[in-house]
Amino acid sequence: MADKIKLSDLNKTLADYGVEALQGVSIEGDIEIEIDAGAGGVGPLFAYYFGQEVAQIAVQLVKFARTMGYPVDALLAPAAVAQAVSPAPADVAAAAKAIPEWKVASSLAAAKFQVGTDSSWKFPIQEVTLGATKADGGSRGHALKIGGEKALPFFFDAAMPNKPLVTMDVFDTPIGMAKAVKMHYEDVINSPGEWAKKAVKQFGADMVTVHLISTDPLLKDTPAKEAAKTVEEVLQAVDVPICIGGSGNPDKDPDVLTAAAEVAQGERALIASANLNMDWERIGKACVDNGHVCLAWTQLEINSQKELNRKLMKVAGVPRESIVMDPTTAALAYGMDFAYTNMERIRLGALKGDEELTFPMSSGTTNAWGVRESWMVRSPNKEDSDWGDRMLRGPIWEILTGFSLAMAGVDIFMMMHPQAVAYLHEITQSLMGLIEAQTPDTANWIKMEV
Amino acid sequence: MKEKSPLNLYKQLPQTNCGKCGEQTCMAFAAGLIARTRKVEECTPLVDEKKYAKKLDALKTIVAPEIRLVYVGTGEKQFKVGGEDVMYRHLMTFFNKPPFAYDVADNMDEAKLVERVKKISTWRKFYIGKWERIEMIAVRSVTGDPAKFASCVKKVQETTDYPLILCSFDPKVLKAGLEVAAKSRPLVYAANKDNWQEVAKLVHEFNVPVVLSAPFDLDALKSMATTFESMGISDLVLDIGTAPNGKKLQESLQNLLKLRRAALEEGQRDIAYPIIALPINAWFTTTDPVRAAYWESVLTATFVIRGAAILVKHSIEPHSVMPDMHLRFNIYTDPRTPVQVKPGLHTVGTVSKESPTFVTTNFALTYYTVESDIGSNNIAARIMSIGTDGIGVQASVAGGQLTPQKIVDSFKEAGFDFASEMAYPSIVLPGMAAKFSGELEDLFGGKVKVLVGPEDSGRIAGWMEQNWPPKK
Repeated sequence: MADKIKLSDLNKTLADYGVEALQGVSIEGDIEIEIDAGAGGVGPLFAYYFGQEVAQIAVQLVKFARTMGYPVDALLAPAAVAQAVSPAPADVAAAAKAIPEWKVASSLAAAKFQVGTDSSWKFPIQEVTLGATKADGGSRGHALKIGGEKALPFFFDAAMPNKPLVTMDVFDTPIGMAKAVKMHYEDVINSPGEWAKKAVKQFGADMVTVHLISTDPLLKDTPAKEAAKTVEEVLQAVDVPICIGGSGNPDKDPDVLTAAAEVAQGERALIASANLNMDWERIGKACVDNGHVCLAWTQLEINSQKELNRKLMKVAGVPRESIVMDPTTAALAYGMDFAYTNMERIRLGALKGDEELTFPMSSGTTNAWGVRESWMVRSPNKEDSDWGDRMLRGPIWEILTGFSLAMAGVDIFMMMHPQAVAYLHEITQSLMGLIEAQTPDTANWIKMEV
Repeated sequence: MKEKSPLNLYKQLPQTNCGKCGEQTCMAFAAGLIARTRKVEECTPLVDEKKYAKKLDALKTIVAPEIRLVYVGTGEKQFKVGGEDVMYRHLMTFFNKPPFAYDVADNMDEAKLVERVKKISTWRKFYIGKWERIEMIAVRSVTGDPAKFASCVKKVQETTDYPLILCSFDPKVLKAGLEVAAKSRPLVYAANKDNWQEVAKLVHEFNVPVVLSAPFDLDALKSMATTFESMGISDLVLDIGTAPNGKKLQESLQNLLKLRRAALEEGQRDIAYPIIALPINAWFTTTDPVRAAYWESVLTATFVIRGAAILVKHSIEPHSVMPDMHLRFNIYTDPRTPVQVKPGLHTVGTVSKESPTFVTTNFALTYYTVESDIGSNNIAARIMSIGTDGIGVQASVAGGQLTPQKIVDSFKEAGFDFASEMAYPSIVLPGMAAKFSGELEDLFGGKVKVLVGPEDSGRIAGWMEQNWPPKK
């Protein structure tokens, strides 16, 4: 009995000899074929435990093993083998019937689903007020709040206290726009005041952003003081809270934004923006001195964002409740994954208590219109499927760019297309449970007629 | 796989550093298992030598994904559904892009059916060096007639090899469909509280994956999943209910989040299955096809971002498919792999002295877009990719990663001699970096002409017609 046969040995031997007849049968592990031939051989008990099929296979294996020179005969009485391959005696057949067959369950198992909240989310996002009414030293009709979240957006852990807001872009000089956008602004393109009114009254903007891009030395090089007049014009035209943007020129923006902050003193405007490549301290101080909120802009880098926030607080003296972050919006198909994950990480870090990150976030969602898929008539790649109508394609590019980042934690969106604004409002407020709607019965969607 | 430490996987490896897997050490292989770039089976000693049997089992258990991996389809057209490990993509990556299944119905007339199937299965778009496509077709039994369903499934399979989702709550209809299509491993939609026994028998008999449907009832869903698992049916996908609007929509997303958290963060194995979402339900809310398509895209984004593993959709209009494809691509891009190309001088086509030299950044998307726009228009050109840490043109101009000095230095480092290499010593700047042109000409000492190219490289072909060769 020195040579016990193990099924794994047999399987391996079979494989070595290229035997294919038993393919699909694999018996794992080191199950020893230990059959007590003396006690009735391959009898009902064996059949019951291993199933008749397995018994047949075992017999085949035994036969094969024998030809390979294994001393199987010493292990198995010939009678037992004969019994297994010959027509089953009545007791074997009876036992075979008792082999557990696959059966459908007779009833559904009782179950209760439970799940916890994320206990690592302990710190709320700073709530920031935008706009100031007369009572608070400004002239806005109302103020708006962003931030204050205690969980990721739309999670069940905690309700979002404030709706995401849209601030629509207004430019102080005509700029190039995608056709689908331009058609909505052609009548107001030379009048920032009228433009702002249209955005608020017709397109449902929560706020407007007046971009003083004409101050760019490479454009019109409008002096800061003169540019500030456009801010006054917009403040006169609408009574919603406003955001004030420069041209993005790091040398000139501190002048421009300081002058603008002064004319808008007390209005709690969002000043866009301070970044590390410019005199951020001056911009931060202009916000503090004139009662505004500072937008801290960095480029897709969480550590730079922490650095800038820290410097604005510690050096420029900007209070926590007056900081909003713009971690940069890379648009759908142009690196949105970076923007999304950067923001989600910032928000998760903040909820877990990183005090340099617990601020509301802003997105330059209009960047979506820089993506070729949003504005090009047709694909430059001739092998692509048809790109369809760009007038329909463009707005949805802006919607999905903004909405994706809303899921990552953005609180305020700078946008342009009226329809994109409407959809962003609708989906974010739907997911907050704020929109009452007759929900159709979707149970039988399979038979839907579309 | 919850395990984050290669050391704990290393313990289950042979620790012989035999090198058969191609790695230098077992520890390196363990790190590969964590990153899912290697598979357990690639350690051949572990599989072949019986003394490792226990380790092999232990290792397989450790590396199994947190959410069940279900295969739909066969061969080249087999897609992975589920198999995820993390709640947020930065924690590792989301591995298996959720297949989009576009619907067809068994009451469509044959010509329309074939046309739609062809449209679905030929849709494609080139993006970062690859073709994006639709993956599946969902066949809906609208008539409720098993024979009509079977013939519809048959027609679809004659037209395409895309995997199918067979949609009906009637076991007789499902059976008719399975008799035609079971070999190609379709996903069955669905077992519910009324038909689950009949459907269980079918999916057991035909050995196919199945959706368990219990809309807005997570207790019932868990009950069904537990029951099916106890019957040995574990290729399961869960339907939590996709409400297209109102407060129910909020509930749908929250249920998705609850299941994901339970599976990925709390290790609740009994509900750790992939989830199906039905953005097609947007079509219940309106008769306006544009509005429906937009809302379907918005619903798609909602569920893709938070981890639905497979989606049933309807609008195949480009304004709907394109953004959804890009959204899915972006969310499922592996954040661990660099998205930069090597900075330096690259060439497209057979470059001669007459060829232009374009400047762009080393952000992979930017670079490959420029390369494809040049190549697909049969232009031979040099492309200088400037090392901007993988930041695109517009952002790097604003952020200072792309500067005139850096451009000049890049050409110096490449040892590029404009005078001998080019008949018209010049570079073409991206339109978005136009403001550098003056300073660049100064830095080049007037020896290199600086041309301003288009703002989007898709217009390079047109730009070439107007501007190349440059006027002396």
